[in-house]
Amino acid sequence: MDGTFPLIESMRYLISISFRFGLILLHSFVFVQLTIAATYSVGTGYPFTSIKAAIDIATAGDTVMVYGGVYAEGNIIIAKSISLIGRDWPVLDGQHKYEVLSVKADHVLITGFKIQFSGHASLDDPCGIKVYDSQYVDIIGNELNDNFFGIYLQYSKDCIIRDNKIHSSGTEEQQIGNGIHCWKSDSLQIIGNTISGHRDGIYFEFVKNSVIWRNISHDNIRYGLHFMFSNDDAYITNYFHHNGAGVAVMFTNGVKMFNNTFKDNWGDAAYGLLLKEISDSYIFNNKFIGNTSGIFMEGTNRIQVEKNIFKDNGWGMKIQASCMDNEISRNNFVRNTFDVSTNGTLVLNTFDHNYWDEYEGYDLNKDSIGDIPYRPLSLFSVIVEKNPPTMLLYRSFIVTLLDRSEKMIPTLTPDNFIDEVPSMQAIPL
Amino acid sequence: MFNKIQKFILFDILKNRIVIAYTLLLAVLAWSVFSLEDDSNKGVLTLLNIVLLTTPLVSIIFTTIYLYNSAEFIELLLSQPVRRSKIWAGLFLGLFFSLGLSFMIGAGIPILLFVAGRTAFILLVMGILITAIFVSLGFLCTILARDKARGIGIAILLWLYFSLLFDGLVLFLLFQFADYPIEKVMVVVSALNPIDLARIFIILQLDVSAMLGYTGAIFKDFFGTGLGAVLGFLLLCLWAVIPYLISRRLFIRKDL
Amino acid sequence: MIDIQHISKQFGKFQVLKDVNLTCAPGQCIALIGPNGCGKTTLIKSILGMVIPTSGTILFNGKNIASDYHYRHQIGYMPQKGRYPDNMTIGQVIDMIKDIRNTKSELDEELIDAFRLNDIMDKKMMNLSGGTTQKVSASLAFLFNPDVLILDEPTAGLDPLAAEILKEKIIAENKKGKLIFITSHLLSELDDLVTDVVLMQEGDIRFHMSTSLLKEQTNTTSLAKAITYILKRDHVQ
Repeated sequence: MDGTFPLIESMRYLISISFRFGLILLHSFVFVQLTIAATYSVGTGYPFTSIKAAIDIATAGDTVMVYGGVYAEGNIIIAKSISLIGRDWPVLDGQHKYEVLSVKADHVLITGFKIQFSGHASLDDPCGIKVYDSQYVDIIGNELNDNFFGIYLQYSKDCIIRDNKIHSSGTEEQQIGNGIHCWKSDSLQIIGNTISGHRDGIYFEFVKNSVIWRNISHDNIRYGLHFMFSNDDAYITNYFHHNGAGVAVMFTNGVKMFNNTFKDNWGDAAYGLLLKEISDSYIFNNKFIGNTSGIFMEGTNRIQVEKNIFKDNGWGMKIQASCMDNEISRNNFVRNTFDVSTNGTLVLNTFDHNYWDEYEGYDLNKDSIGDIPYRPLSLFSVIVEKNPPTMLLYRSFIVTLLDRSEKMIPTLTPDNFIDEVPSMQAIPL
Repeated sequence: MFNKIQKFILFDILKNRIVIAYTLLLAVLAWSVFSLEDDSNKGVLTLLNIVLLTTPLVSIIFTTIYLYNSAEFIELLLSQPVRRSKIWAGLFLGLFFSLGLSFMIGAGIPILLFVAGRTAFILLVMGILITAIFVSLGFLCTILARDKARGIGIAILLWLYFSLLFDGLVLFLLFQFADYPIEKVMVVVSALNPIDLARIFIILQLDVSAMLGYTGAIFKDFFGTGLGAVLGFLLLCLWAVIPYLISRRLFIRKDL
Repeated sequence: MIDIQHISKQFGKFQVLKDVNLTCAPGQCIALIGPNGCGKTTLIKSILGMVIPTSGTILFNGKNIASDYHYRHQIGYMPQKGRYPDNMTIGQVIDMIKDIRNTKSELDEELIDAFRLNDIMDKKMMNLSGGTTQKVSASLAFLFNPDVLILDEPTAGLDPLAAEILKEKIIAENKKGKLIFITSHLLSELDDLVTDVVLMQEGDIRFHMSTSLLKEQTNTTSLAKAITYILKRDHVQ
């Protein structure tokens, strides 16, 4: 790859310029860049009419400034460390045939473009913007519409994807790729993007040490965020709503999930958050509202679920029998059809200090902790788990009767599925 | 002519102590449910349970007892120049209107005040339909048994069957046939119980997320669409009409 | 006026009426007597259309009553035990029956006045004594000036004064040419009322004859004695 050459070249270039103007080498780098690096303007009435032509001329450190208009130039490859800046929303059109922008150099900035209609072939995953094996690529403030994949990073490092709007209006899943797709990368920052209508909003596979912050991912066909084999990442303060299947975090450890909102993910296989084969992670201060299942856990170990809100979900948490040593504490469970359910009889997870709005106990010593333990697992939830069509009888008299008697004399629900110290008041979150 | 009978019966029943108590009971329950629950949807669910228990019970038992107690009065009406079917219709409408009015006053007013438009509407329609259905079943009980104690016994059994035993049977069947795809069959089965039908109708308005399991999806596909809703509504209407028509047929031929 | 032809009625295995024939003319006041369970009530109810005979026909002014309920405009019925919706007032009950009959002919409110019901029109039926309820029933039967009156144990439960008022009313109406049926166990009460006697036994009519002829044949002076005589004679035979 030509990754190192442009850098040395640009240094040499800078030195020669410095000499020409009689300035010393230590002169401000910024000043030099601002005043000396060339800017090539593209657009009607500007020196260049073709973006490709401008990029051809440009050298590392230069800026290609593209003005408003539609540019259908097929596949544009950026193999130099340049800034590609759009003014007045120039449109880059892939004509449903090409990958629109391919970045194959470090230190590239792409901002201010509308990028649309990439090709659809599934063989080489054509994208709106694809970054190949590069570092320090910033993709900031673009609009990507109806591309197969929106932004695609592979073998990349230290890249920033920020404030982009990524939308696809396709309907067939095979014709729609992911919004932001990251593969085998490291130290990425995905910040403040809005993604909708794609297969997965944000897709992470083998991505490490990265952060996903303040994104909105909604109405995607499959997952708002799809996370696999990606250790030691954090996603913070994102908003995932109305995605076909919610958010999936799988085969990963060391994930931090803070302050996100998972809302209105409805459907037979829809989850606020699907956890599969996850361990040593921390779920803190999130909101799960109006999902079929707030959190669905399978093969999940040593996870702390703390101070989250579970509200208006069909199931607050579904904890499969394969989960161990998870600690669920200080959460608020409010207005869920079922707060918790499980398919097993052995429970190896602990509940403490949660607030359950169905709790009917009392607090005589006024320590804000209920004096009798709470069993969040209702008999009916166990029945439904075994035989889903029994949902038919939800809220019927017989179910109320069964639940009541089970609460008094537990026989069929696991003994140790219990919060010994339920909180009397909702935890202020 | 029959609307005159109905009018007088209505006045009579509205002053009846049991009916007044029923109205007050509904009012107390509804007001307390809505003022204790800060969330109206949860209030609706709590009220749903109450309504689906008490309304059928009161409707069927009160109707049955009222008809038995009116035996001599019905005889007097029969000696008047009126068609039998009109007497029966007058009694039915009188009972249905008065119990329906009780429901509207007791539960309807708080529902309208606390619940959002569409849900409130469905809840009221279901309450009224359930009232009509169990008044109608009360007519059937009365005509099937000459003896008062036996008639009331049948009424209580019918109520027990529709609100508890039927669902127990459904639960049993669901587990017996757990290995077969019987969800669609269960949609049909549920139509055999008006209380279940009404319950599902109202729940589809509320806890959509919970119902969206596979079973829920089937129900939503069926009852959530315009055609299904109309079909369900018509089924409930049939439940109100058919027992009454059978009882009317028997009443016309009955010796008193 | 009323022509009963070959009426039979069966309740299950139990034959209540066995091929009953009876012809009644205007101006007759007929005492329908017989032991309990002889079919009196069933016969009356058949005439009123409450009981539908298994076979046979009943003609009212020549028309079969099975096909048309309008003949009941011309019948006033006083049940043995009246019971009315608890919370209706006397006034409402009377208004309702007026509404139902919807007659344009003049109303006969003589009994209402005589029983002083006007003073208690606002009383609820559930609060009335048995006697007062009977007064309401009687008033209703006569209210519409019907051509036929069917009175089932009319004086039972009435105080002597009210009973007397009712008896006088019956006699007066009978004199106007109305056909009156009375069932009663108190034969002595019927003496000065009835013109004819129908004795029923085991679902059949033993005889139907005028009181004068009956007394003559049995050589007795009162109806009670005449009937007792006949029943004794049967027993001996």
